[in-house]
Amino acid sequence: MERLIAPLEFDLAKLPLTEMNRFLHQELDDGDTRTVTVVNPDGAHNIAVGLNQPVKIEIHGHAGYYAGGMNKHAHVTIHGSAGTGVAENMMSGTVHVKGFASNGAGATAHGGLLVIDGDAGLRCGISLKGADIVVGGSVGSFSGFMAQAGRMVICGDAGDALGDSLYEAVIYIKGEPKSLGADAQFEPMTDADVEALAGLLDRAGLDHDPKSFRRIASARQLYHWNADANQEY
Amino acid sequence: MCGIVGLLVKTPALRDQLGSLMVPMLIGMTERGPDSAGLAVFGTPTKNERRKISLYSGLTDDGADFNWAGLAHELREHLDMKVEISAKGNHAVLTVPTAPEAVKRYLREKHPKLHLLSTGRSIDLYKDIGTPAEVAARYDFESLKGSHLVGHTRMATESAVTPDRAHPFTAGEDFCLVHNGSLSNPNGIRRQLEPQGIHFDTDNDTEAACRFLEWRLREGDALEDALQKGFEELDGFFTFLMGTPEKLALIRDPFACKPAVVAENDGYVAIASEFRSLAHLPDIKNAKVFEPAPEEMYVWNA
Repeated sequence: MERLIAPLEFDLAKLPLTEMNRFLHQELDDGDTRTVTVVNPDGAHNIAVGLNQPVKIEIHGHAGYYAGGMNKHAHVTIHGSAGTGVAENMMSGTVHVKGFASNGAGATAHGGLLVIDGDAGLRCGISLKGADIVVGGSVGSFSGFMAQAGRMVICGDAGDALGDSLYEAVIYIKGEPKSLGADAQFEPMTDADVEALAGLLDRAGLDHDPKSFRRIASARQLYHWNADANQEY
Repeated sequence: MCGIVGLLVKTPALRDQLGSLMVPMLIGMTERGPDSAGLAVFGTPTKNERRKISLYSGLTDDGADFNWAGLAHELREHLDMKVEISAKGNHAVLTVPTAPEAVKRYLREKHPKLHLLSTGRSIDLYKDIGTPAEVAARYDFESLKGSHLVGHTRMATESAVTPDRAHPFTAGEDFCLVHNGSLSNPNGIRRQLEPQGIHFDTDNDTEAACRFLEWRLREGDALEDALQKGFEELDGFFTFLMGTPEKLALIRDPFACKPAVVAENDGYVAIASEFRSLAHLPDIKNAKVFEPAPEEMYVWNA
């Protein structure tokens, strides 16, 4: 295929997605910071997955499953909604969804920042491993399930079982969770929490008073087997 | 996996385009359901007591060469009723002048392999094995007209790939349901319904949900009450899309295990498992696109 030159625009109504992803994987320069525009995404799966350069990707429309998945270094913006598993297993960089995101947003993400301006579906940040997630709206049930490291900021409400079986990840919530999951507990906000949260809200471009949030973290009661608990936790 | 699609047009001008708007939606869900496809379309109800019966002959010995004119003749002869028949290949719509019980009984006795797809005053139903594109071409889905329709592409997990196990399922009159997911208690539902004289055509889990909800409606529940009982009784994973002559209804299980997305504007409400089946719709860029929440009822009026 002929080498594409700037301006980098991919029209997915005309070009197969695999061609675009191949270009982004193989034909960018080291440290490439160009802007790549994607039009007519039309809900296609796997848009801009596995990136490895600090390019800016602007997706105009609705993305399907796993958009920006496994991202490293790149800055992906979706001007629309995202399907299941947006920024799944992200390593670094940013993924910003201007609309809503479906289930499993930011699942298992190790690093980087995922921002969702609207609501996120169920299981947001499930098994989070170090990334930061900021949700402007509300999240669905089982969000933060077994999250090991990283931070989750929820500006709206949460569904059932928020932070169930949390490890060392921390959740900040402004609204109300329908219920907390097993071993998740509210804790006092420290000055360090307020400062960290202010930084995350600032990076996400969201205007909220960090002092209006509450902190949820693990009570660490599930870390060790308790023979006296008689299977009742 | 499976794909569901639904379309309800709000402006009468779009009724003639119902089929042509839907076909790309159905084909868009091919990867989610390549083994069978089907749809139920709701149109202007028949006059007086007349009923429409959709029939499928693909399981008979004659298959697509089934003698439909002969069947109409038989019914006139034996049941003394004037029957209209509109047939194409393995599919036909019979229009009968009265409540269809006598016809159904006759078909069960004399043509047991003829599969009854649907009965009602508004509903026509088509389903068969094959890719969505093949099934759409086989029955000329492009040309379908009506106010709303419910479609499905199937990737079988819970029962065999056969035409009668494809979706939509129907029960009673003018009710249909399509399902993405898998139920864990279909046999319990079945044991609850069969003693009440409710007959099952297949071993498919979706059929249990369809017959359960239709039974609630027949017992006098409003659609919303029937759906609430569905949430209480049906266990497993589901996104259900249901059609009645007046309504299109959508529910998802509490875990939202199976996807759904809705696009709505002044002209239509369109539902699909994924946005890629909605992307071609007219003026979609200005439609309100949202993901229906788990354990909520979404009901749109035709």
